[in-house]
Amino acid sequence: MALNTPAVNVPVAWRLAALRLGGFPVIPTAILASIALVAILAEVIAPYNPEIGTLGDRFRPPFWQVGGSEAHLLGTDHLGRDVLSRLIFGARVSMVVGFTAVIFAGVVGTSLGILAGYLGGWVDQVIMRVTDAWLAIPALTYAIFLAAIVGPSMWNVVIILAVVYWTRYARVIRGEVLSLKERDFVRLAIVAGCSKRTIMKKHILPNVLNSAIVLGTLMLGVVIVTEAALSFLGVGVPPPKPAWGLMLSDGKKGMMAGYWWLTVLPGCCIMLMVLAANLLGDWLRVKLDPQLRQL
Amino acid sequence: MKQYILRRVGYSLLSLVLLSITIFLFVRVTGDPAVLLVEPGASKADLDAVREQFGLDRSLVVQYGTFVSSLLHGDFGKSFYYRTPVLELYLSRLPYSLLLALAGMAFSLLIGIPTGIIAAVRVNGWWDSAGKIFSLLGLSLPSFWVGLVMILFFSVYLGWLPSSGSGTVAHIIMPAFALGWYFAAAHMRLTRSSMLEVLGSEYVKLARLKGLPEALVIGKHAFKNALIPVLTLAGINLVIMINVAIVVETVFAWPGIGRLLFEGISFRDFPVVQAIVLLCGTMIVVVNLLVDILYAVIDPRIRLER
Amino acid sequence: MSTPPLLEIRNLSTHFVSARGKRVVRAVNDLSLTLRAGETLGIVGESGSGKSTLALTILRLLPPAARIVQGEINLDGEDLLKKSDAEMRHIRGKRIAMILQDPMASLNPLFTIGDQVGEPMRVHEGVSRGGAWTRAKELLKAVRISAPETRVGEYPHQMSGGMRQRIVGAIAISCEPALLIADEPTTSLDVTIQAQYLKLLRDLQHAHHLALIFITHNLGIVAKMCDQVAVMYAGRMVESGPVRQIFNAPAHPYTEALLQSIPRLVDNRQRLTAIDGQPPDLAAPPAGCAFHPRCPKVVERCSLEEPPGFAVAESQTARCWLRDPR
Repeated sequence: MALNTPAVNVPVAWRLAALRLGGFPVIPTAILASIALVAILAEVIAPYNPEIGTLGDRFRPPFWQVGGSEAHLLGTDHLGRDVLSRLIFGARVSMVVGFTAVIFAGVVGTSLGILAGYLGGWVDQVIMRVTDAWLAIPALTYAIFLAAIVGPSMWNVVIILAVVYWTRYARVIRGEVLSLKERDFVRLAIVAGCSKRTIMKKHILPNVLNSAIVLGTLMLGVVIVTEAALSFLGVGVPPPKPAWGLMLSDGKKGMMAGYWWLTVLPGCCIMLMVLAANLLGDWLRVKLDPQLRQL
Repeated sequence: MKQYILRRVGYSLLSLVLLSITIFLFVRVTGDPAVLLVEPGASKADLDAVREQFGLDRSLVVQYGTFVSSLLHGDFGKSFYYRTPVLELYLSRLPYSLLLALAGMAFSLLIGIPTGIIAAVRVNGWWDSAGKIFSLLGLSLPSFWVGLVMILFFSVYLGWLPSSGSGTVAHIIMPAFALGWYFAAAHMRLTRSSMLEVLGSEYVKLARLKGLPEALVIGKHAFKNALIPVLTLAGINLVIMINVAIVVETVFAWPGIGRLLFEGISFRDFPVVQAIVLLCGTMIVVVNLLVDILYAVIDPRIRLER
Repeated sequence: MSTPPLLEIRNLSTHFVSARGKRVVRAVNDLSLTLRAGETLGIVGESGSGKSTLALTILRLLPPAARIVQGEINLDGEDLLKKSDAEMRHIRGKRIAMILQDPMASLNPLFTIGDQVGEPMRVHEGVSRGGAWTRAKELLKAVRISAPETRVGEYPHQMSGGMRQRIVGAIAISCEPALLIADEPTTSLDVTIQAQYLKLLRDLQHAHHLALIFITHNLGIVAKMCDQVAVMYAGRMVESGPVRQIFNAPAHPYTEALLQSIPRLVDNRQRLTAIDGQPPDLAAPPAGCAFHPRCPKVVERCSLEEPPGFAVAESQTARCWLRDPR
């Protein structure tokens, strides 16, 4: 019986290699790296053109099932396109959209967060009120709204996601900056006569970079899921480009007939990528700054 | 407490104003708003008529004024597809979304809270590790994919549950699960960390020193305190659930406002889209305000603050 | 003495073992002490000396990493270390009570004072809700809280730190315990309130014939409040005995150094005397006597063997080779 938790003396149970704190998460990083590799080498790896299919070859199941063939390892979709190739090229879409959106959102959000936090006053008020108002709309709804205005295209999606998600950075970074402002090295810089711009660039920015990176990895998963949702609903990456979300929406059509691979496989890919990003983000969060556990 | 409430109301109003400005500006930022505000396949004459109607050649400030005044009169535009005022459509579908959200929330709390508590009380044990995996999966699996897989499994293969529509309890089970899945993980995480924090507090130490039975220590002293942040989050999440259910509603053809939004974008029915976003934002701001006020009333620390 | 002691601890050792069994921290090492009913014992030491661990060991509320390796803790003749969890639970709050250091955090913010004060008696003595509420008012009066009838329905955040600490005191005596352990109860209080609180504890002790164990690092409090004192260093009790005797003639160099380091107003010394060095790492303590690296009177034997307790005067013992009569 202990004074504080745990009340029950429980032996430390096994931990997945990926979940162990302090131990480098080999598996998630390997997964992300592989997906990135696949995305880069898509043209080389993919057996077929993902956008063109043979109508006579529709709805072939994966090779291990009856009716499947080794010509199409993971089957074909409703237009006869090779699923494996589409998954491979879809990785490229997810990676590009995911990383670019996260970086854009990060740059904008961090800058505004630093400005709001450091300059304070009306700049802070304006930026924060806007952030609060924008955060009131759920990301997905907001993204759908913007997509309805500008129409579906891959780069539109990137911009939309950046616009929707920068607010999350701004909030967190601003908080960090507020506490950094009180630290001695910043005060010394002010006393030494550095301009505001120099302080923000040389002293504040490097110190918030950690949080920005951690937030970035955590956001990666969220962004990818949102992109998949947008494509699923038809306002994201437009056909015939192979996006995993789009494949899910196509797959829905064949579901009632039992063509399970068109639904399960793209979803598995999404899940894998998001899982890896989340695990990596979790590890980074604990590693880089235990204070960020609150995130 | 009055001060606190007044301040919160002020902030909320400000947020609403900024929201409306944002939406207003976005519609007008992309070249020709008339294209959006008019039916698909309209002629040039129609476009001109719309410009006239919405005063799109007037200054932005005037336009905004008309915009806000029509909103305050309850005029959120008319749907092209249904040919009825959007507000009416919205209100007719809202109960369905509310029902789904409540079911999803019930599911997420029923699973999330007990799991979180057990994970905290038996920290680092099997249950905790299982909980960690569950929460990881919950946060990583997109809800619509969970829905699709469930349909595949329970409707197509097993034939137990209907794959779409509404009406009976059987119809709501899968959508509620798919919707609540993500939130169950979030609630479990929060319950666990909140409970751990409370279990480490001085007053729990004192409760043990008093010789209180463990059930009382956890059930009375720890539980109530740990639950505060979780319920706050749940309240906010309920409203979010209503609004992000769009994909789940689309997958299951559930007739809520999410599906209405989907129809809006499929049929290029822009007034519907704009109105839903506005109403969505408004709902969230208002509910956040109510939750904050409720919190102030319940927590004796804030209630008795002068 | 004819009356048997209330609390008798013999050769108690509590070790903390790290997860893989590699590091062993001897938080309490072969400790023995005796306490009679109505007596006050002060336990003095630096942070990390093992004083709080000792208190937790008596109450058997140690974290899972701790192991009680040897010893006996006899309360009225019964060995607490042999009791089951359920039996210990009945002892906590009823026969042994404890006051913690931080009054601001000790009370649950969501429940009324009356509810929290009444809890132990409802659980241990089966008192009804109404009865407990009335008793709570009486207890608040006993700890000198004004307007107890209104206070009893209020919440902790409406009280000051001093008041909260009194309430914690009221909770402690609510079931008429035989032993009260106070772990640095005045450290978080304002200096002006400290004296009042100590007086309250003293009065409560006399009124209820309590034995009191006072854990503190403040020798001034020990001088004022305690009959006996035990000085701890690195998990060992290096000196124990009656307060007057030890303060007048400390037998252990550590005690002596502690007494000397108290700044005195009438001193003409220019510098404050501090004890050189740092407290030892309890996982890898120095060989021989744990204090020898910092001891101003060290001899060669000190680094080779740990000294046992030597009787210095009547009921005063010290663990120091210098006190070896041979």
